[in-house]
This record gives sequence, C-alpha cells and structure tokens, in this order.
Amino acid sequence: MSHLRKRNAPIEPLSASNHNAAPAPLVGEDTTKRATIGLDLMTYEQLEDFGNELDAVRQRVLDDLGQTDADYIRRVIKVQRVFDVLGRVGIFFPFFLPVFIAGIVCLAVAKILENMEIGHNVMHGQYDWMNDPVVDGKKYEWDNVAPAQDWKHGHNYIHHTYTNIHGMDRDIGYNMFRIDEAQPWYPSHRVNLPLAFLLMLFFEWGVMYHGIELDEYLGGRMSKSEFKARKKRAWQKVRRQVVKDYVAFPVLAIPLIPFTAWWVPLAVLGGNVAANIIRNIWTFIIIFCGHFPAEVETFTEDEAQNETRGQWYLRQLLGSANITGSRPFHVMTGNLSYQVEHHLFPDIPARRYPEVAEDVHLLVEKYGLTYNTGRLSKQIGSVVRQLAVLGRKPSDPYKVGNSPESKALRREKREAEKAAREAMANA
Amino acid sequence: MGIVRKALASRPIAALTSPHTIDHYLDQIHPMLAVKHVRARVVEVVHETGVASTVVLRPNGAWRGFKPGQHVEFGVEVDGKRRVRVFSVSSSARRKDGTFSVSVKAHPDGYVSQYLHHELSPRTLIHLSQADGDFVLPDVVPDDLLLLSGGSGITPVMSMLRTLSESGHTGRVTFLHYARSREDEMFSEELDALAASYEFVRIVRVYTREPEADAELAGRFDLVHLKHLEVDPTSTLSYVCGPAGLIASVRDTYDELGAAEQLHTEYFKVPTVDLDAEDATGTLTFDDSGIDAANSGATILEQAEAAGLTPEFGCRMGVCNTCALKKNHGAVRHVITGEVSASTDETVKICVHVPVGDVNVAL
Ligand SMILES: Cc1cc2nc3c(=O)[nH]c(=O)nc-3n(C[C@H](O)[C@H](O)[C@H](O)COP(=O)(O)OP(=O)(O)OC[C@H]3O[C@@H](n4cnc5c(N)ncnc54)[C@H](O)[C@@H]3O)c2cc1C
Ligand code: FES
Repeated sequence: MSHLRKRNAPIEPLSASNHNAAPAPLVGEDTTKRATIGLDLMTYEQLEDFGNELDAVRQRVLDDLGQTDADYIRRVIKVQRVFDVLGRVGIFFPFFLPVFIAGIVCLAVAKILENMEIGHNVMHGQYDWMNDPVVDGKKYEWDNVAPAQDWKHGHNYIHHTYTNIHGMDRDIGYNMFRIDEAQPWYPSHRVNLPLAFLLMLFFEWGVMYHGIELDEYLGGRMSKSEFKARKKRAWQKVRRQVVKDYVAFPVLAIPLIPFTAWWVPLAVLGGNVAANIIRNIWTFIIIFCGHFPAEVETFTEDEAQNETRGQWYLRQLLGSANITGSRPFHVMTGNLSYQVEHHLFPDIPARRYPEVAEDVHLLVEKYGLTYNTGRLSKQIGSVVRQLAVLGRKPSDPYKVGNSPESKALRREKREAEKAAREAMANA
Repeated sequence: MGIVRKALASRPIAALTSPHTIDHYLDQIHPMLAVKHVRARVVEVVHETGVASTVVLRPNGAWRGFKPGQHVEFGVEVDGKRRVRVFSVSSSARRKDGTFSVSVKAHPDGYVSQYLHHELSPRTLIHLSQADGDFVLPDVVPDDLLLLSGGSGITPVMSMLRTLSESGHTGRVTFLHYARSREDEMFSEELDALAASYEFVRIVRVYTREPEADAELAGRFDLVHLKHLEVDPTSTLSYVCGPAGLIASVRDTYDELGAAEQLHTEYFKVPTVDLDAEDATGTLTFDDSGIDAANSGATILEQAEAAGLTPEFGCRMGVCNTCALKKNHGAVRHVITGEVSASTDETVKICVHVPVGDVNVAL
C-alpha cells in the first residue's frame, strides 16, 4: 500500500513521558472533583494500591497465557459441536421419545455452551491473543437472535464500563424491572415478577430488543440512521436464526413423513423451540444472579465521576455477585458464576477466573471489603425477593416515577441539560 | 473444487450451520477437510543454508494454486498463538505431486523465520491464505526476460525460473542473483544444474562479500552488469526482488533509461523494532488508510483521531475491546501496565497502547 502513503497527518508532538496515565472513562465537567466511590471503605491511596495490585494480577495471567488456554477453548468448542450435532440428529426421532428428549437436551446444552463459555467470552476478546479467526472477538457471531455487534456495544462497553451506575448502565433492570431501591417505581413494576418469568422464557428476544436501544432513540440520544442500522442488523440476524431453527431443520424432516408420520417436521420445530427456551431460562438465571441479588451495590453518576482505576475496580467488585458450584456448573455458566472476577478482568480467558478468585479473595481480606457469593438457590431467592419487594409501590413520593414530585425534578434536569446543550452549540 | 466441496460450501448448508460455517464443523472431524480455509501439512523442512530453509507443504482441496512470483500468508501456531507471515512461493508451478514450497531466511531476532528454520517439524498444520500478488509473469512470456534478485529475494524469481524450465520455455532468460557468499546462497546446486541443463537461461551469481576467483561480475548491482550480460532494460521484461537498497538502485537505473514500465518489483519489507525508544520516536502507520504520522507518544486511538480517522471505540480504558485491531508490526506499550509487546501480528486495544518506535496498524 506504499503508493497510497502520501499524506502526512497533522499531529501535535507530545512528550512520551506520561505514557502511564490511564485514560479516565468517566470524565466529569469539573475535573478537579474526585470520585467518592469507596471512600467509606478505603482512602484514595489504598484505592490506588488496590488498583495496582489487581493490575498486577491481570498482567500475571496475561503473561502466562499459552497452549493450555488454546487447547481448553478448542476442547470446549469440540464438545459444543458434538452436542450440537447429536442434538440436531436426536430431534429427528420424535417417534422415539427417549432419543427425542435426549436430542432436545443435547441441543440445549450446545446452545448454552455456545452462548456462554464460547460466545460471550470470545466476544469479550478473551481469546484474541490466539490470532485464530474462529475465536476472534471482532468476527464472532453467536447462536442467538441478538446480533453480536449491538450486543457487544451494550454489554462490553456500556455495561462493563458503567457497571451499576444509574442512568448509564442500561442493564440495571433492563428498563423493565425495578431491581434496585434507587430506581424510580412505576405502576408497571407491579408485574415485576410475572414479567420476569416471561422474559426468562424468551430471554434471547429480550436481549435482541434491548440491543436495538429504542429508549436511547426515543430519548434523543441516538441518531435516526444509527437506530435504523440497529433495526436492520437485528432483523437480519433474527431472520437467519428463525430460518435455521424453525424452517430449515423442520423442512429437512419432510422426507421422513412417508416413513413416519405427518407431524414429524412439526415435532422437529417443537424440539428447536424447547432447546431455545431451555437455553433462555438458564442464561436468564445466571445473568440475573450476577448483578441483581440484594447485597449488590449500585452507584450514582455523581459518585463515579472522575473515578480512578482503583475505584473502577472497586465498583466492579461491589456491583457483582458470584455463584458457587461444581466445575461442570461453572463451565455451563461460561464461568459467569465468577461474575466478580469477570467484571474485574473481562478480557482474560474465563477458565482463569477460579485461579484469580484466590488473589481477589486475598485482596478483599486485606482491604476489609465484602465479596458477594452464594449457592445458586440463595442467589435466585434473593433476586426473586428483590423483584417482589421492589415491585410494590414505595411510600416515598420521590421514589415513585410518575409522582408530581419526581416529574418536577426531571423537568428541572431536562431543562438544565437543554441549556447546557444550547450553550455548547452556541460556543 | 470437487462437487462435494461445492455442495458443502453452498447456501442451503450455510443456512443450516448459521451463524457458523460448515468449516467450523468439518474442523472437528479433520482440519484438512475445511472447504473454505486453506490449510496445509508440512511435508518436510529442508535446510538450504545455515540460516535458510525450504518448507514443503501439501495444501488441502481449498487451495486454488499459485502463479510463479505470488506469495501466501503463512500461519503457524506456537504456544497457542497463531503467527502469520508472508512468504513467496519458491517452487515450480508445474509440480505434479500436489505440494509447493516456501523458502525462508532466518532473521536474527525474527520469531517465525527462526522457528521455521530450527523447530518446525513435518505434519505440522499450517494456516494459509490463497496465493496473492501481481509480481507474476504475463500469460505469454516475451522472448527476453530478466530475473534479478538479492539475498532471500531469490524465492519468487526461483519459482519463475523453475516453472519456465519445466514448461520448456524457449525465450532467452537472464537470471542475475546477488548473495553475500556462496554459503549464504539458497539453491546453489540446483542453480548450477539448471545453468548446465536449461540451454535458454544464463545464470550469473555475484557474491558481494566473498567473490569467487573466476567470477564474471563483482560488486553491487550496476548498469555495467546488465550491459555485460547483454540485457537491454528498455526491451527486456524485468523482475527484481530483494533488499530495499537493491530494488532502489535497479529502479533508478531503469528510470534513467526510461524503461520503468519494463520493471516489476517485490519488497519483502521485514519490519524493524526499536524496543529502546525512550521517547516518542518513529512513525505510526495507518496501513489501510495509507496515512503516516510522526509518533506523538499519545495512544494509538488518540493519534488516529488526530490524523482525522474515526476508529471505533467504547470505554477508552481497555475494558470493552471495541477498539481492538490488528497491529501489523512494531512494538507497543500498555499505558496502564507498561508492558511492551513486539509481535509482528497481534490484536491490540488501541485506546491503551502507545507506539514505541515505528508501528504499523491495520486501520
Ligand atoms: C510480499 C512478501 C513476501 C515475502 N517473502 C519472503 C520469502 O519468500 N522468504 C523470506 O525469508 N521472507 C519473506 N518475506 C519476509 C517475511 O514475511 C518476514 O517478514 C520475515 O521472515 C521475518 O519474520 P520473522 O517472524 O522471522 O520476524 P518478526 O518476528 O516478524 O520480526 C521482524 C523483525 O523485527 C525485529 N524484532 C522482532 N521482535 C523483536 C524484539 N522483541 N526485539 C528486537 N527486535 C525484534 C527483528 O529484527 C526482526 O527482523 C516476505 C515479505 C513480504 C511482505
Ligand atoms: S475503547 Fe474499550 S477497550 Fe479500547
């Protein structure tokens, strides 16, 4: 491409001496104001040490990555493909119930492994260092109706950067539920629990819809062209997924009709629906248990402005919850049962989380912090309780979203923002 | 492509395997079955000199062959990490046994070339691209041809020479090669044999450091060398590959004679790394946009933005991977950990990496 290289870019010469200043993710207008996250637990100096120590843990793992990690993810992929093929074959035998059911289970396991231990983790870039296009975070597309690109934006960027900050992390309650005290209550939250149950069954569709970010568009924070592009990508992905699971494979069963029964293609379709629903239920449970149990903390934008890396780490630690379990259980959750470690180090291969959990425990002890963990049943119980309790109308009018008091407050904020925007435009 | 391959690569199959491809499944049975991905097995590694080897490869059915002079991307996995380098095919295009080869000179600090020379073993799986490049002979080869090379740059013209010889080409071919010494030269014996057996070729080698006593020519490339060989640049289709210095002086010579359109060139571009660069030195190259910028010491993301590019980004703190892209070569330093990585072909998050010396990124 040397023939192209004519232009010289205009770049201000800078000294390279401050290579070590990390770019701040949450820069506020007043850069002299320091973030208050964690000040009730540690001093600024301690927070900085805490950050450095976690950086060191991360680097140690990165330096150690190699053949065993590559072999691991390839083994998971192999197992996933085997389950996938077994499942696809199994659901072609609806006239032989044990095989049919085993097929559904295999297909569900394949989809869970693909979405969790492979898809989610690969799309975080955990295996980018391998340079293998099959596990390249940029190229990967998962077996889910949500297109990878928009999911990555909402998840990797928004959720993982602004974790549990109200008004910034769109994953707090997914704009549907009241899951935290600090969220305003609306009458729709009366159906918190039944709605959650429905979302559980159709979770992949919820994830897809969430990724379109209709609320951002309606709120004027997203351009029309961007919104249209999102809709288009979602539609294309939905079409491909639906054609595969609900058209192509059932059609493939039509030649079986003369030898079996007319309803066999329908049963194949049903098998696919069932496998998808099992996967939906599982992923919903794991993800809700990662952030919504009662003890998990949330933050305000104000607290987090100009936070340091140490404070960012602390926010991840306080904002996530682990689930204890056996080795196969962890694999089936994509090691998201190590949600705390995942949030601290989203880009190191998930199989390393059990190992770094030991370091995290030591640091938690050293700085006297809390580490939220528990059995799956305990965490599910906690989430259900949260949904039930927070679904009831609070007595404080400021916690009720459509009370006159809250409306006045919002109007004020809107006007202030508008004024700021106009000031910017005029400047 | 066989009928089975065609069927497997078809759209109905893609609809069934979506969002993955059929290769993702075939890989699990056997990596050589892949219908789209070109893969090869190493047949053998032949040491050509003390620092150069020829790797003989047997590609799978996805391989569409090559034209002499073309190169391939060659990916080999070491310790879980795929390292990709570009090598020219050195073998004859007329080979019938389904194999082809690349020949590689080991660079002192080079990772892949050293690995190939010292450690690569037969049966290793290699990830290839299709052959590419327009440093190739025309369909009808004219009656007068010059193949000029220096050092490891001999590989693509060697492929041309071998092919011409095996296809019984009867036009005049002049093969002029510069090497430091005979020990340092690849394919010495084969060139001797060809000089004797292929009557239409004139093979001349110039050993710049250790000239032979009865040498026809000596020293670096000069127009005098061509005159001596009775090669008229204005009427001879010419190919040159080798060190940048050699290519530059050949190009100058042709330009002066107004023979530029007769000349075809191929650069091997071995990147350089300056790990000791303390300050912001070197050039940051945005390869895909064709922009060069003096390294300012800021993160690659910031420098790209300053250069008027709009790379994708999210968190700007190394968390979300939105900004990750391929660093073609050069060394970069992580702004948080201070870690330097210098691998030729790796994915980096440009929001948290600053260039150390010359860096080339795929942006
Ligand atoms: C079109 C094309 C065709 C080519 N064909 C051939 C061919 O036929 N035969 C051939 O031999 N080559 C060929 N090359 C060159 C080849 O692609 C490689 O660049 C070359 O083999 C070096 O690769 P490497 O992995 O050994 O070195 P790399 O590891 O990529 O290192 C490149 C250079 O950087 C320096 N370096 C790397 N890491 C460090 C470090 N940590 N500290 C200090 N210095 C460092 C070394 O000096 C080294 O020479 C071709 C290149 C191109 C573009
Ligand atoms: S922008 Fe998020 S990792 Fe670089």
